[in-house]
Amino acid sequence: MQISGAQLIVRLLEQHGVTTVAGVPGGAALPLYDALSHSTRIHHVLVGHEQGAGFIAQGMARVSGRAGVCVASSGPGATNLVTAIADAKLDSIPVVCITGQVPSAMIGTDAFQEVDTYGISIPITKHNWLVRNVEDLLTIIPDAFRIAESGRPGPVWVDVPKDVQSAMIEIDTLPAAAVRDTLPTPRSELIEEAARMIDAAVRPVLYLGGGIVTAEACAEAVALAEQAGLPTTMTLMGLGAMPVDHPLSLGMLGMHAARYTNYVLEEADLLIVLGARFDDRAIGKAEKFCPNAAVIHIDVDAAELGKIRRPHVGINADVKAALSLLLPKIQPQSRVQWLERVHALKAAHPMLMPGAEDPRSHYGLVLAVAAALDDEAVIATDVGQHQMWVAQAYPLRRPRQWLTSGGLGTMGFGMPAAIGAALAEPERTVVCFSGDGSLKMNIQEMATAVEEDTNIKVVLMNNQSLGLVHQQQNMFYGERYYASDYRKPTDFVKIAEGFGMQTFDLDKASNPRAMIAEAMALRGPCLIHCSIDVNQQVLPMVPPGAANTEMIGG
Amino acid sequence: MTSSLVPDIKEKVVLELNVRNHPGVMSHVCGLFARRAFNVEGILCMPVGEGVDSRIWLLVREDERLPQMIAQVEKLVDVISVARHGAEHVVFERLEDFFC
Ligand SMILES: Cc1ncc(C[n+]2csc(CCOP(=O)(O)OP(=O)(O)O)c2C)c(N)n1
Repeated sequence: MQISGAQLIVRLLEQHGVTTVAGVPGGAALPLYDALSHSTRIHHVLVGHEQGAGFIAQGMARVSGRAGVCVASSGPGATNLVTAIADAKLDSIPVVCITGQVPSAMIGTDAFQEVDTYGISIPITKHNWLVRNVEDLLTIIPDAFRIAESGRPGPVWVDVPKDVQSAMIEIDTLPAAAVRDTLPTPRSELIEEAARMIDAAVRPVLYLGGGIVTAEACAEAVALAEQAGLPTTMTLMGLGAMPVDHPLSLGMLGMHAARYTNYVLEEADLLIVLGARFDDRAIGKAEKFCPNAAVIHIDVDAAELGKIRRPHVGINADVKAALSLLLPKIQPQSRVQWLERVHALKAAHPMLMPGAEDPRSHYGLVLAVAAALDDEAVIATDVGQHQMWVAQAYPLRRPRQWLTSGGLGTMGFGMPAAIGAALAEPERTVVCFSGDGSLKMNIQEMATAVEEDTNIKVVLMNNQSLGLVHQQQNMFYGERYYASDYRKPTDFVKIAEGFGMQTFDLDKASNPRAMIAEAMALRGPCLIHCSIDVNQQVLPMVPPGAANTEMIGG
Repeated sequence: MTSSLVPDIKEKVVLELNVRNHPGVMSHVCGLFARRAFNVEGILCMPVGEGVDSRIWLLVREDERLPQMIAQVEKLVDVISVARHGAEHVVFERLEDFFC
């Protein structure tokens, strides 16, 4: 059959099981859009801003583990995607981004809406392509999915000049769909060595990162913890890998960990690090992190082993495969003494949540929302104080329940990511905790949430401020608040109504818990607004650059 | 490992990369070094055999960050293999006549 490059792209997307793409059309992408219009299997979600499309693709990918797809035109369409793709890179999220480009013959002439998309996307993608011939699509599109989803996942970018989209190609059958690359297998002597170290350790701690979620290895990690009696901490990206109320859970480590968590780590003599990368927000000052601990580090990305901390045993492998080999070699241990010490530290330095009983206070609101939901709900956040309060207080119990911008910390992530999650898993309730600063960054996607009738609940913790900036100016800049507080209030309830959302204003509720329950039970998108005291802080806090034991507050 | 942006001047290292030959590969490789403020003193690139693959020679200085650089280069999709040679390798020396 004779088909165009654009039709070929659409066929290949269908073949890879893509049912939803998000984007905005424009001149250089019109052949692709015309081809998409003929697809009966792919639903296109028109967004308000391409960054929203990138985060919707991420939301779909984060809940499903499969690459999400976003589409945009050349020039400003492509540059608007940059932040969302960079965010996917830092959090290792599989995204396939397809953009239109000016016709091949015009590349390099400063043509209308021409930017060097290929050059711009190199440092923010796992791989990228500028498609030169229509035939190349036969390998590039399957490769795009394979690379995005294999090993340590990440975003890939395919830039397709308009003439390549329109060019005709004769094909009999489609190429085979992409198969993920086989993952490195662990060396058995290293597994033996790791098992010996775990058996011999007196004060071991298990440290789980986002890679454990990606590897679908949470059950194995929990089994390891239970078998070897390992207190277990998680990074921001790893939350949900072990239920927070598991007796061995220490919750999140690092900058906003409970005091006891960082103190437990300080005493560790062995750290077993699975699918984590020693991020500075997790470990604080690297030289002072777990000063007395030997390290076992297992990661599918060889370049992470020794990048920040040299491991005693570094295992480049699929962490799921490594754990299944490791588990039978580990002696069951109850580690009574060490766990007693952990409990004593926890009792002495617990996570404090002032106001937890008040559903209109920062922690209380997070807990009240949790009380209205079960573990099937998906929890997304924006970036700021509210994000950390949710990370500290929400009882996350399941992998892929938690969507947050970890590495890049992008305000504006939350609502479009929640929309993506709701599109991928429409039967779930998807909550997005947001701040007034963050919500404004992609507030136009309220229209998308309504248009698609997604089941998202935006919980706006409105302190009329860039709260986390306000907090840092309070703590580290002599209370000189500058460019952090909004002088005039914004009526977010009216705005949401204007976009066609249902709204609930907890400020005006006689029974806020009942109002939250009503909002959660409703199908379809809504805003739940609550004013929050601007002077509330995220505590404890490790000052940037300090050791994790040098916490302020809490 | 901590890294300093001003490393001591150390001995020369020659890196030999076998890569897939297409227009973007040089930018991927060179950009990786540039973004990390890792100085590349010499670059040579030519297609090998039928021209499907190319070989890139890089002249760099020994630096505590070099193993991490090599690990990152190995991750590039179009890089097939990376080999590390000492200063005794002749590839850049033979070209010195063109640089005087
Ligand atoms: C796109 C972007 N710009 C700037 C920042 C820096 N920043 C981090 S948190 C924050 C304030 C967030 O305010 P808000 O969303 O209202 O949340 P709050 O801290 O008040 O809960 C800012 C400006 C960022 N993370 N992302």
